[in-house]
Amino acid sequence: MAKRIDVSDLNVYYSAFKAVEGVTMTVEPRSVTAFIGPSGCGKSTFLRTLNRMHEVIPGGRVEGKVMLDDQDLYDSGVDPVAVRRTVGMVFQRPNPFPTMSIYDNVAAGLKLNGVKGKKRLDEVVEKSLQGANLWNEVKDRLSKPGAGLSGGQQQRLCIARAIAVEPQVLLMDEPCSALDPISTLAIEDLIGELKSKYTIVIVTHNMQQAARVSDRTAFFNLAATGKPGKLIEIDDTQRIFNNPGVKATEDYISGRFG
Amino acid sequence: MSSVTGVSLADETPGPHGSAPLSGDGAGTGRLGDRLFGGAAKGAGIFVIALVTLVGVFLLWQAIPAIANDKASFLTSREWSVNDSNNLRFGIVELLWTTVTASAIAMLIAVPVGVAVALFITQYAPTWLSRPAASLIDLLAAVPSIVFGIWGLRTFGPVFEPVQNFLRDHLGWIPLFSDANISGGSTILFVGIVLAIMVLPIVTALSREVFAQTPITHREGALALGATKWEMIRISVLPFGKPGVISAAMLGLGRALGETIAVTIILSTLPDGAKWTFSLLNGGETFASRIANNAAEFDTPQKAGAFIAAGLVLFILTFVVNAIARIVIDRRKAFSE
Ligand SMILES: Nc1ncnc2c1ncn2[C@@H]1O[C@H](COP(=O)(O)OP(=O)(O)OP(=O)(O)O)[C@@H](O)[C@H]1O
Ligand SMILES: [Mg+2]
Repeated sequence: MAKRIDVSDLNVYYSAFKAVEGVTMTVEPRSVTAFIGPSGCGKSTFLRTLNRMHEVIPGGRVEGKVMLDDQDLYDSGVDPVAVRRTVGMVFQRPNPFPTMSIYDNVAAGLKLNGVKGKKRLDEVVEKSLQGANLWNEVKDRLSKPGAGLSGGQQQRLCIARAIAVEPQVLLMDEPCSALDPISTLAIEDLIGELKSKYTIVIVTHNMQQAARVSDRTAFFNLAATGKPGKLIEIDDTQRIFNNPGVKATEDYISGRFG
Repeated sequence: MSSVTGVSLADETPGPHGSAPLSGDGAGTGRLGDRLFGGAAKGAGIFVIALVTLVGVFLLWQAIPAIANDKASFLTSREWSVNDSNNLRFGIVELLWTTVTASAIAMLIAVPVGVAVALFITQYAPTWLSRPAASLIDLLAAVPSIVFGIWGLRTFGPVFEPVQNFLRDHLGWIPLFSDANISGGSTILFVGIVLAIMVLPIVTALSREVFAQTPITHREGALALGATKWEMIRISVLPFGKPGVISAAMLGLGRALGETIAVTIILSTLPDGAKWTFSLLNGGETFASRIANNAAEFDTPQKAGAFIAAGLVLFILTFVVNAIARIVIDRRKAFSE
């Protein structure tokens, strides 16, 4: 069920401001692709074009093509709501629905999809929480508010919520940046397990994390503030970290940036 | 709107009943400025509490002798004859019925409409429309109630008459709509509708405020799961705004229960000894309009006491409504932080 993403010549705008320019890349199915690059270079902006969340922002628009297998996400006949059910997303800050219980948080997406019947919901909720390595910690308090969990647990809850609807692709924007090292490791392990089923794209500022979890790494950069961010190169993670093709990549990774 | 990636302001904004500090903390330093300001704040707080207590004490003090002399049952009697101070007979049941039904009608209309308007303004309307629309509604709140009274009596009442006749003719078999021989523009139902228009701006303005504060992260969380706009509103915006909407409704209800002048102008008073009916198409008097209609007659303490006793019940009613609202809001707290 994992799908390949093919982006060609993508420009991303906030009203008149071009935030990202000319991105062309392929994201392989059943693999983890990491986006790295300095702050403000457009990693999140670009990531959000992959499930059409970018256009939620007033003035947000996109030029170019994003193919999910052989479907162009930005084709005029494509419903953004359907795209987001296929391409799930986990945000930088854990954002469980605060008025919902743990159970309802995980079941929320299913209910949107019209899944009914307690038995079926129970099954999927358990499977998703297990998939997110959270089941053992919360199985006795499923009816408690999701906001009562620790930050790391909340983030895994959000992952469970995202995988409950069985998306083809999972996008993660700095999913560990608000977490302690132990929770971070738990999520990295989880990413390692999830990649057997999903296409995963993760934005991170943590070089070690990119090196640990990803198969491919994309380096973004921007010439100067106010200029659009660009994809500098994308390659096997091994190569990017040991023997990158572009000098700027090496400078960034080794901390000689700017 | 701030960056989509970083921490946005909205993330930090506490909910209307969220973690905003409602109680003092240990940050005072004991310096002169701190002490002055702390003292002033404390003084203001004590002043308000004292004022409410004094109002309550005044009402009790004036009402108790009259209630003690009441020859009829104060809570269940429909009588109201207070002219003979040796034979006071008065009860509030009819006032209570009229006050509560008129306010209930007002809330049944104003809350859904207010919430819908607030949702439209904050979630659907383009910016060029939402600002003027919001101001217009706020302006409605500034219209004095006497204007609503006169407008209701002279302009809206005649327009409403056919609607009322339709209800009477087709739903008359329901006791609530049975004929009571009162003209369309001066019934409990009609007053309820005018009250709804009067409280609508309160409900709308406060709901709009809380809906607009829904953190972006909550809304995007729903959208990213594949929620449509309406589903996003149901999952994120409405639950987030619920305590605020309840507060708004209670504030509106407080206004409706106590509204005097518009009700006095619009509502037909009933002659002494009129037959009891549950009909909303009847006239009647609310606590406030009964007092206002008879304000000229407070010549003996006994007589005034009877009306003040009615005022006391209204005071308690409003108090209970607010207390219930607080409990409802507090109960939801565990789920809103
Ligand atoms: N809502 C917005 N409206 C207008 N411009 C925005 C908005 N969000 C981001 N930008 C701009 O787009 C550019 C790219 O921002 P983006 O958040 O994608 O960077 P990033 O690479 O994710 O940075 P970080 O590593 O700090 O998260 C920046 O110049 C930023 O100021
Ligand atoms: Mg970012």
